[in-house]
Amino acid sequence: MTASIATNQTILVVGGGIAGMTAALEAAECGKQVLLVEKTPTLGGRTAQLYRYFPKMCHPTCGMEINLKRIKGNPNVRVMTMTQVVAVGGGRGDYNVTLKVSPRYVNENCTACRKCGEAVSAEIPDAYNYGLGKVKAAYLPHAMAYPQRYVIDASIVGTPEGEKAKAACPVNAVDLGMQEETLEINVGAVVWATGWRPFDANKIQPYGYDRIANVITSVEFERLADPHGPTGGKLLRPSDGKEAKNIAFIQCAGSRDENYLRHCSRICCMASLKQTQYVREAYGDAGKSTVYYIDIRAIDRFEDFYAMVWKDPTVSFVKSKVARIAENEANGNPVLHGVDTEGYHRYATEHDLVVLAVGMEPEVSGVKLPDDIIIDSSNFIEGSKDGGMFGAGAAASPLDVNRAVQSATAASLKAIQVIHKNASTEAA
Amino acid sequence: MTTATPKYRNNFLKEVEANVEEGHWVKMCMQCGVCAGSCPLGPHWQHSPQKIFMMIRAGKREEVLTSDSMWMCTSCYNCIVRCPRKLPITHIMHGLANYAHRLGMAPKGQPTEAIAKLFWDNLVKTGRVNELKFSLAMYFKDGFVQGIKNAMAMQGIGLGLVKAKRLNPMEILGGHACKDKSGIQKMVAKAREIEDRRKGFSGAGA
Repeated sequence: MTASIATNQTILVVGGGIAGMTAALEAAECGKQVLLVEKTPTLGGRTAQLYRYFPKMCHPTCGMEINLKRIKGNPNVRVMTMTQVVAVGGGRGDYNVTLKVSPRYVNENCTACRKCGEAVSAEIPDAYNYGLGKVKAAYLPHAMAYPQRYVIDASIVGTPEGEKAKAACPVNAVDLGMQEETLEINVGAVVWATGWRPFDANKIQPYGYDRIANVITSVEFERLADPHGPTGGKLLRPSDGKEAKNIAFIQCAGSRDENYLRHCSRICCMASLKQTQYVREAYGDAGKSTVYYIDIRAIDRFEDFYAMVWKDPTVSFVKSKVARIAENEANGNPVLHGVDTEGYHRYATEHDLVVLAVGMEPEVSGVKLPDDIIIDSSNFIEGSKDGGMFGAGAAASPLDVNRAVQSATAASLKAIQVIHKNASTEAA
Repeated sequence: MTTATPKYRNNFLKEVEANVEEGHWVKMCMQCGVCAGSCPLGPHWQHSPQKIFMMIRAGKREEVLTSDSMWMCTSCYNCIVRCPRKLPITHIMHGLANYAHRLGMAPKGQPTEAIAKLFWDNLVKTGRVNELKFSLAMYFKDGFVQGIKNAMAMQGIGLGLVKAKRLNPMEILGGHACKDKSGIQKMVAKAREIEDRRKGFSGAGA
């Protein structure tokens, strides 16, 4: 079917994280028509999965809320969740895009009253918490989800569990007959804000992420620290649920490594410095953080934050890329082995918990993109040969939230130029 | 070179780049320490590979070339596999050891150097390794009495190898050789001559 939801005056934004939301809003607030499509059931992306931002240590909730309010109040933005781009044809100013919309099995009647979630007993891994813990198969993705609408997981559709959810709904919002839909749309420009994913730590064999319970990733640590996370904000380690007070942070876990990711992921140093302050927040002077690093790259004005953490007596720094991690089987503590660069001392140091500062990999790595898209050697999107498609945010480069927003604004401006050119040619 | 700069000169790095196999990689080391931490013999090295790379860049010619560290490498290749910058560390260690040997700077009585030299001399004679003569040369490298002691200690294994036809006692009489023995020797001599000319060796430490 062909939907009249977009024309060649429309900007398509692919990805509803912080960069996609920003790109969509900047264009919409300039009066342009925008279609914002998101693969998952909610906007917010990985930003919504953070506990705090650096350097001001504020919660993402506040920035997200402002953006969601802007979206709700702007008729120029149309949001489609659970929607993926399947194909892009045509060229600058006149693209034909094929979208695939997956069924949510819940329609717009939903009031997020929770009754379907309470009725269902089946559980699925909790994607919001990076698989730490489970959620019911009828769920709201997270407290800030937009749209505020439940999702029925496809695994219970056609089972008695699905029927339970339907029976529990007081507003007739559960529609188990929903089907996948394909849409063909016409747009003038495309902003790819497809974001990033954490590098798969299982690939870093010497660090034992796959076999040592108390080796976790930085994104998982964000969820542990968050009161909305699986431990209610307590820093409990996975093996025995004890409080982890002596925590190691390993930098460049996957980044700056020809074996894994060639690029510097740029945010991980600041992320770990920030996370040392979660340890302080939890335990005061009784906590202990150790950062193992090659060199700290706290880019530009973040140097102040680094200097602040450096002065914190609960944080120490070891200039060394850890060579391997073993496990003390008696107490489950990971033991870090390596040689430091300041004096070349060999160490074997035990910690309660190890946090791997995993690198940023483009979410589209391994995905077939339109032929016209130009990517760099690490699969970040640089743009398109015809100049009508643009990378934004972490899809374009490993960026923190602040810089992703800047990048998205820049991409939005370029997309607006394409639309303007369209409008002026048609007027002539 | 002015007199104010000798402290900062990188002559030794340049020398290593020119004369040591894979030496041009030394400048790529980012001092992360993964090689040192991954080396199974690591605790036995006086200077870890990462430290040797830094010493080269710091111009510590004497300390590096007289060190026995690079002679400790057993070619397990763990460091090459793990190095985030893909430096061929094993090859650089062998290159440094070879260079120190050619300059006559290797530590006196370094056993790895001794066995390598015996192996090479044995090989180039006929173009084939004569294992019997090689073993005997090893036994007797520390004198006649020690040689007899070594041979007695190893005789069970030696006889076992003979019985299993893995060691031919007749090899003691000349032994097998490749067809064009003098051709091989000429080829090796020519290669040596070219290498000496290129690297400025005067034939010392052969």
